[in-house]
Amino acid sequence: MSRTLPAAGSLARCRALGVAVLLGVALTSGVGASSAAAQNVLRVANSGEPDSLDPHQVSGNWEDRIVGDMFMGLTTEAADGTVIPGAAESWTISDDGLTYTFTLRDHTWSDGTPVTADDFVFGFRRILDPATAAEYAYLLYPIKNAEAINNGSQTDPEALGARAVDPKTLEITLEQPTSYFIELLTHYTSFPIPKHKVEELGDDWVKPGNIVGNGAYTVVEWVPNSQVRMAKNENFWDAENVAIDEVVYYPTEERNTGTKQFRAGEVDVQYDFASEQIDFLKENLPEATHISPGLAAYYYVFNTKEPPFDDVRVREALAMAVERDAITDKILRTGEIPAYNLVPPNTGTYGEPPQVEWADVPYQERVEQAKALLAEAGFGPDNPLKFTLRYNTSENHKKIAIAIAAMWKQLGVQAELFNTEVKVHYNDLQSHDFQVARAGWVADYNDPENFLTLLRTSTGPMNYGQYSNEEYDRLMAESDATTDEEARNELMRQAEALMLTELPLIPIYHYVDKNLVSPRVQGWVDNTKNKHWTRWLSLAE
Amino acid sequence: MIGYLVRRLMISVPTLLIIITVAFFMMRVAPGGPFDQERALPPEIERNMLAAYNLDAPLVVQYWDYLKGVVQGDFGPSFKYQDFSVAELLLSGFPASLRVGGIAIALAVVIGITLGTIAALRQNSGIDYAVMATAMTGITIPNFVMAPLLTLVLGVYLGWLPVAGWGGGAPQFLILPVIALALPQIAYIARLTRGSMIENLNANFVRTARAKGLRERIVVVRHALKGALLPVVSYLGPATAQIMTGSVVIETIFGIPGIGRYFVQAALNRDYTLVMGTVIVYAVLIILLNLVVDLLYGLLDPKVKQR
Amino acid sequence: MSIAARRDILSAAAEVRGRSLWQDARRRLFRNKAAVVSMVVLAIIAGMAALAPWLSPHPYDAVYWERIAAPPDFANAHWFGTDGNGRDLFVRTLYGARVSLMVGILATAVSLLIGVTWGAIAGYFGGHLDNVMMRFVDVMYSLPFMFFVILLMVVFGRNIFLIFIAIGAVEWLTMARIVRGQTLSVKGKEFIEAARAAGVTNRKIIRRHIIPNVLGPVIVYVTLTVPHVILIESFLSFLGLGVQEPLTSWGVLIAEGAANMETSPWMLIYPAAFLAVTLFCFNFIGDGLRDALDPKDR
Repeated sequence: MSRTLPAAGSLARCRALGVAVLLGVALTSGVGASSAAAQNVLRVANSGEPDSLDPHQVSGNWEDRIVGDMFMGLTTEAADGTVIPGAAESWTISDDGLTYTFTLRDHTWSDGTPVTADDFVFGFRRILDPATAAEYAYLLYPIKNAEAINNGSQTDPEALGARAVDPKTLEITLEQPTSYFIELLTHYTSFPIPKHKVEELGDDWVKPGNIVGNGAYTVVEWVPNSQVRMAKNENFWDAENVAIDEVVYYPTEERNTGTKQFRAGEVDVQYDFASEQIDFLKENLPEATHISPGLAAYYYVFNTKEPPFDDVRVREALAMAVERDAITDKILRTGEIPAYNLVPPNTGTYGEPPQVEWADVPYQERVEQAKALLAEAGFGPDNPLKFTLRYNTSENHKKIAIAIAAMWKQLGVQAELFNTEVKVHYNDLQSHDFQVARAGWVADYNDPENFLTLLRTSTGPMNYGQYSNEEYDRLMAESDATTDEEARNELMRQAEALMLTELPLIPIYHYVDKNLVSPRVQGWVDNTKNKHWTRWLSLAE
Repeated sequence: MIGYLVRRLMISVPTLLIIITVAFFMMRVAPGGPFDQERALPPEIERNMLAAYNLDAPLVVQYWDYLKGVVQGDFGPSFKYQDFSVAELLLSGFPASLRVGGIAIALAVVIGITLGTIAALRQNSGIDYAVMATAMTGITIPNFVMAPLLTLVLGVYLGWLPVAGWGGGAPQFLILPVIALALPQIAYIARLTRGSMIENLNANFVRTARAKGLRERIVVVRHALKGALLPVVSYLGPATAQIMTGSVVIETIFGIPGIGRYFVQAALNRDYTLVMGTVIVYAVLIILLNLVVDLLYGLLDPKVKQR
Repeated sequence: MSIAARRDILSAAAEVRGRSLWQDARRRLFRNKAAVVSMVVLAIIAGMAALAPWLSPHPYDAVYWERIAAPPDFANAHWFGTDGNGRDLFVRTLYGARVSLMVGILATAVSLLIGVTWGAIAGYFGGHLDNVMMRFVDVMYSLPFMFFVILLMVVFGRNIFLIFIAIGAVEWLTMARIVRGQTLSVKGKEFIEAARAAGVTNRKIIRRHIIPNVLGPVIVYVTLTVPHVILIESFLSFLGLGVQEPLTSWGVLIAEGAANMETSPWMLIYPAAFLAVTLFCFNFIGDGLRDALDPKDR
């Protein structure tokens, strides 16, 4: 082998070669879309990358933002989150509360094809078809035979309680009166699906360029893990009132990066900024910092079938010893609301929710009472209560767990912290392999039933703690069948009050939505559902 | 040498097969599945989903189906990213990782070797310590500190560069991630170069070259450096594979649509097919790069004979 | 020369003890000022870590509700301030030192042992053995690390030591490749041929001749493995796969500090400074060792 091969070359040549490589690679880069603030382009730091553009395959609120800009259900939300007519102009409900008849407005898909009642029926059938394997199909179980079709016991799709009377009229029949049904129809599980596109293209119908929607925007480009770019749909029925021409969603999972992008003016909106930024933001960007109550609860759940957590005294003691104000005011500091019950305030028409009876007892007194309860249950300095507290990986979950474990230490309780990744965490929760664990629930629809159903005996794996109370189940079942709204709320309040005497879970706080919104964005209204469809927004000059 | 090359390429096929097999079964032993999440699926739906992806077939059948698919270029659908197949995800992501990683490693090699050589030539002097201290910043400041720091100063405070994003790969989006990626590598390469340069500078053949009166620069570069690069090149084989398949920290912090995040995310999501896809990409790179390194040994040090 | 004089000279010669390679190396190491200073500093840090409970009035897991995320405050003996949960940062940095130093040293030691042995054997014997051993290395490189760790957690539970050994079991791969490369270069040299001609067994050749001559890059790479391992541990803890609260490590502390670097810089500066100083110490000790053991540098 010759020793003069340029493998090592001269230092100068190496350097030159290196620079040439650099330049070459750099210059062959595409021009691509820059993120400079062009006129009328809304740039959003979304909190995650969508799994899909198909309304039947998504399940996260970050996906909801994209899909919800593209499609419109029978009903939709106004800028302030209230339910307004969407694809349906008007509707009537039969006296027994079982039949809903919708009159669709005249409008088209983004490719000009008219939207008909058939598209809705097609959508419902598709999401409930077992072959689609849609995770969220169960939301539509209030519809007659939906559950039977979805679990395969009913094989005739025609049996579904949804039919197109004529192209402009859709009739939906329910299993039983469901007072939140109109609200439910805003959810992406009820979006219409362009039958003509699916029949023409099969699974490829969702690809950008093929996909059509009846919403204000259509997807123009999707670079995975980089951006989803949407342009105004000129065929949208209300297009003249849509101000923003283009909206780009960046999947900023790293939330501190999203906040930096906001500060540098690279995005106009950031959804769900990291709570540790709050002090900085309140001081430097107060007008942009939007905090508003949300529809989600954070709690610790007990495995009620495993001693000593089958003893209500132990559960109550641990629940009483949590100082919720300290957690919301000192650890999180983003305005979360201390919770003394499960269902968040302002959920539906629930009104004043019940609370645990010791909610107003001063903290130190509660600690003493808790110690007494534990002693009664047989725990004390010579027999300390020891168990494992589980949480899934997240900075906030960790901080809260550390804080609560320290609070429990006053009772002589030794809680060992155990942090696992999300999959393992929920896997073990659903197979009831835990003692005490952190859990959270974000409402699918704006109704207390969505929270309270977690504790029914029939709920199965999602009733993580295996709580089972016949009276609770009875009250909930009765509320399901009640059409009068106030009577129904009252029944649910009774059920929750009952549950709170048994404390199968420790309510800790109710979530707030934390968003950064640039002052140049107009039309943004904070609402509990955290829905801010781009069609209501505009950009100031 | 051609014979060696051919033999190595041939043995890479069974090697790849072993990798695929071990990885495949290794993944399935882990608890949790692709569809486990906060909301438990009603059992019927979960059954449907498993059936839809053929996940309820016996494991060996799934393995065999997978192998058949791979041979034909079908890496399967992603369980998490429903609209894309694994092949599409890898094809769209790999160029991004490659671009950032390629520039970073090229930069690191040039700067690292230069710094290491300078330090070796002035062993134990002030310059040596200064140069090495600078080189070491890449390791002593972890990348998850360096990256936010750089974005804060250059992106937010000064506004010279975008904080994050890809912009199709335009140069201004590359600068910060490349720097953050290159700095630790500069440290590794500089230290390895320095260490083995010092050894070589005192070696007999170098003394001979000096005694012959050759210019110092030629002595250094032609003679000492070539031999000294052996450990550097050994290190660079796997390091290049790792850099080119992206760094999950860098890609997440800078919002780069590469495949680096898949190495972590896909595992945490139990997205089996995507994990397998990344394993195959990485395996091919490792096998090829280690082969290149082994061939380079022969060029750098003539006493090394590859049989 | 008289017989007595000769006897004097001879007995004087017998008095002079020869110095072994290792004694020689030790002397040279201790003459390297940077290395000595580094060893002292490292000893101090390790000592502080060991004596942590006595160096601070605060327990490492005690939450101070009134002083959450508070800057350094000498009145309350919070020399490094407090973290986001109101725990004293000074004592936590020292506890973090325990974990990080142990991870660093244990995992590196494992990777060193396996890597050097593997690479030396593969490089020395060459041929089919080399091929098989190196293809095994290729396979190990390609296996998904995340799953490897997840499985380890399933099998071994939360035992940190086993986790560290597992990290070491992955780190040895590059060490093996470096050692093999060096071995290939060294084995062609004349003194190896001479040893073989003299009938020295292969094992002795590897141990006495090959390994000491490849130590240079190995030592340098060891000093590079330590920080790498410490950071892998922090990455794993982040994902819920490493050390559990209330235990902590420098990596975890630094990661928390990085998220708060604008509002609470002390959370980042102190643990990061400790890490940096420790790594520089390893750096200088490594270079000192390399210089001390370099057979040609005499």
